[in-house]
Amino acid sequence: MPEARFHIKRFDPKSGVGAHYDEFTVPYEGSLTVLEGLFYVQEHFDGSLCFRYCCRAAVCGSCAMYIDGRYRLACQSNVNHLKGDVIVVEPLPHMPLVKDLVCDMSEFFAKYETIKPWLIRTSQNPEKELPQTPKERLKLDMPVDCILCGACYSSCPSVWTEGDYLGPAALLKAYRFEVDSRDEARRERLPYFDNERGVYRCHTIANCSEACPKELNPTEGIQWLKRAAVRRRLFGRLK
Amino acid sequence: MIYHQLIVVGGGLAGLRAAVEAKQEGIDVAVLSQVHPGRSHSGAAQGGINAALANNPDGADDTPAKHAFDTVKGSDYLADQDAAIEMTRDAPDVIYEMEHWGCPFSRYDDGRIAQRPFGGAGFPRTCYGADKTGHYLLHTLVERAYERGIKMYIEVFATQLIVEDGACKGVVAYDMINGGFLEFRADAVVMATGGAGRTYINTTNAIISTGGGMALAYRAGVPLKDMEFIQFHPTGLFTTNILMTEGCRGEGGYLINDQGERFMSKYAPTVMELAPRDITARAIQTEINEGRGIGGKQFVYLDLRHLGEQKIAERLPGIRDLAIHFEGVDPVTEPVPIVPSQHYTMGGIDTDMQGATPLPGFYAAGECACVSVHGANRLGGNSLLETIVFGRRAGAAASAYVKGKEGGGAPAAAGADPAAARMAASVEELAGRGTGEDAYAIRAEMTVTMKEHFGIFREQASMQAGLDKMLALKERVARVGLRHSGGVFNLDMMRTVELAGMIDVALATAAGALARTESRGSHARTDFPTRDDKDWLKHTLAYAGDAGPRLEYRPVTLGTFEPQERKY
Repeated sequence: MPEARFHIKRFDPKSGVGAHYDEFTVPYEGSLTVLEGLFYVQEHFDGSLCFRYCCRAAVCGSCAMYIDGRYRLACQSNVNHLKGDVIVVEPLPHMPLVKDLVCDMSEFFAKYETIKPWLIRTSQNPEKELPQTPKERLKLDMPVDCILCGACYSSCPSVWTEGDYLGPAALLKAYRFEVDSRDEARRERLPYFDNERGVYRCHTIANCSEACPKELNPTEGIQWLKRAAVRRRLFGRLK
Repeated sequence: MIYHQLIVVGGGLAGLRAAVEAKQEGIDVAVLSQVHPGRSHSGAAQGGINAALANNPDGADDTPAKHAFDTVKGSDYLADQDAAIEMTRDAPDVIYEMEHWGCPFSRYDDGRIAQRPFGGAGFPRTCYGADKTGHYLLHTLVERAYERGIKMYIEVFATQLIVEDGACKGVVAYDMINGGFLEFRADAVVMATGGAGRTYINTTNAIISTGGGMALAYRAGVPLKDMEFIQFHPTGLFTTNILMTEGCRGEGGYLINDQGERFMSKYAPTVMELAPRDITARAIQTEINEGRGIGGKQFVYLDLRHLGEQKIAERLPGIRDLAIHFEGVDPVTEPVPIVPSQHYTMGGIDTDMQGATPLPGFYAAGECACVSVHGANRLGGNSLLETIVFGRRAGAAASAYVKGKEGGGAPAAAGADPAAARMAASVEELAGRGTGEDAYAIRAEMTVTMKEHFGIFREQASMQAGLDKMLALKERVARVGLRHSGGVFNLDMMRTVELAGMIDVALATAAGALARTESRGSHARTDFPTRDDKDWLKHTLAYAGDAGPRLEYRPVTLGTFEPQERKY
């Protein structure tokens, strides 16, 4: 039976002990995802290991981690496709930690909330649906697939060095609504992304696009917002 | 002690919709969720949500009444007909509301919401956003919850209902981020924690779909209804049971056996691959059992190749990604190996059409509840609909209940958290036991037992053996000790507490299935192959008893559609 060797980064802020790595060897048949491997360790070797999980199908965004030096979803990472003898599993870098592989996402979601991530309407809604053509809808395809896993946020050097920067995920969400033909925010979101905490902190390093496990392109959305910010400042939103 | 007028447990579609409704009513409402609400299992739904909008050119004659009929027929006449009629009547409104809130549905050229055909439906009435409809709906409601300023306690794991003076007064929950137990006091609770798919080893469900809310209700004396009805989705990926949406067949996909035959012609000659899920799942399992699985193995093919790359990219992009990442197969060029997989718990906490349960102050909605609108077999596209329609209703009913009761749920002595202290003590007791029984070995045995003895085809002797095994597991789980106590994000504690609940919920399934001597919808008995309306046109109610579940029955609400033989 094949085996997978995991080096898992461990940290318990309440223990007074620094971060360290534990090694575990997990037997498997056929295929094994990193998430399945973590469950095997937690069930058989060390009940204290902790990590986030939910859908195990790459749609909920719970299990974004740093696996073998890349941002990945643990559920979507098959050990058969990882190179090397040892699989190194670490929490999302540059994030405060709760314990082991669980990082503190509160600032991430606080920034998300800042940009008013909801459809803003000022006029009366019709009785039926708001019409939207397939062409208008196509603009939403990329940003609405975001699963808020935090990989982009953790990968962004501007986030590392400028704690107030909203980061790629929140700005991608702003973009998602600003390009929606149904959204009627004229300047409501503008003060939140058109400032030094917002789009101008993005230096188009594009780590976010490389880190995204859903292969989205937050950088593209942020550049669109930069151009939109100038137009919105002058004219508000034009139909 | 934390107090809100209303506590909603669960941050999926049903829970969030209930909370939004309560907030609109001016109620101080808070949502408790084991995961960030945007990570809830509602987001894994793919194919769509049903409503008779009549947008599809082939569906111009569709009406809510026809949707209700399809729902009742699909349920094998076990659904309460008044509930099915109300749900389908509410359906267009809730779709338009979600659209007005920003849900990115796919569109027709004229700008209207696109609709696709789904199994068991007389018209193409399943509104969709590509094959990510659940994700889009969930994020739309999460966004609305932020917009409304709804208080959310995130990564808080409910472990017990607080029941005092015959009414529900809150929940005890483990604070995963900070450690320790919290007492959430309220004048009413809405339970919206989803299904119990993880009681089966072969499930499409998320790892957190463990029936937790059902177990809390059951232990507090609330009956679980119709738990023997477990839906097997025809198309789960062979190696992982990850869902391949019914939309694959709605868009024209074929099911193929080892002989290269579209075998559904033998089972549902008129509608072929778009037969309801119970019939299609049985057909696939029959092909496999009779040796016509691919290469004689335990799977058949879902073939999408003839749809072409462009259509797959436009309508089924998520399916393609999942098949590539999790099965190593690109549906554009290869057929996808699939197997029927546990998918949905038709049964659940016994509620009426307003989400009210027999326990005052306690409401439930979504998959953890059973109204019943799905009866013995749910139609694809009706579960997302149920979450929003009945989430809204439960939120409204609970709001009406708590008005005028402000603070009634708070305990008399300020600062005292007796229920949380008792919970903490019981967990400490678990930790003090050492490692008597292995919780994870018990979990593995339970999930295999449920698959093998209460699967797609059922029969007396096998079910009796399965029930005996489950009762033995219930005894063993009482001797489990924790390996790791205290601290934050204690998965060992959470998964052990969760396991005891899973066994209770699975036992309700087992006992109900064994008792029901007929075949109806998803409950297919080889020893009683026909439906028996004379004796069994009734709902099962399972109450927690000392020696396993105690069963009672209640008549089905009929009145509009006369039960007839179900043919497709």
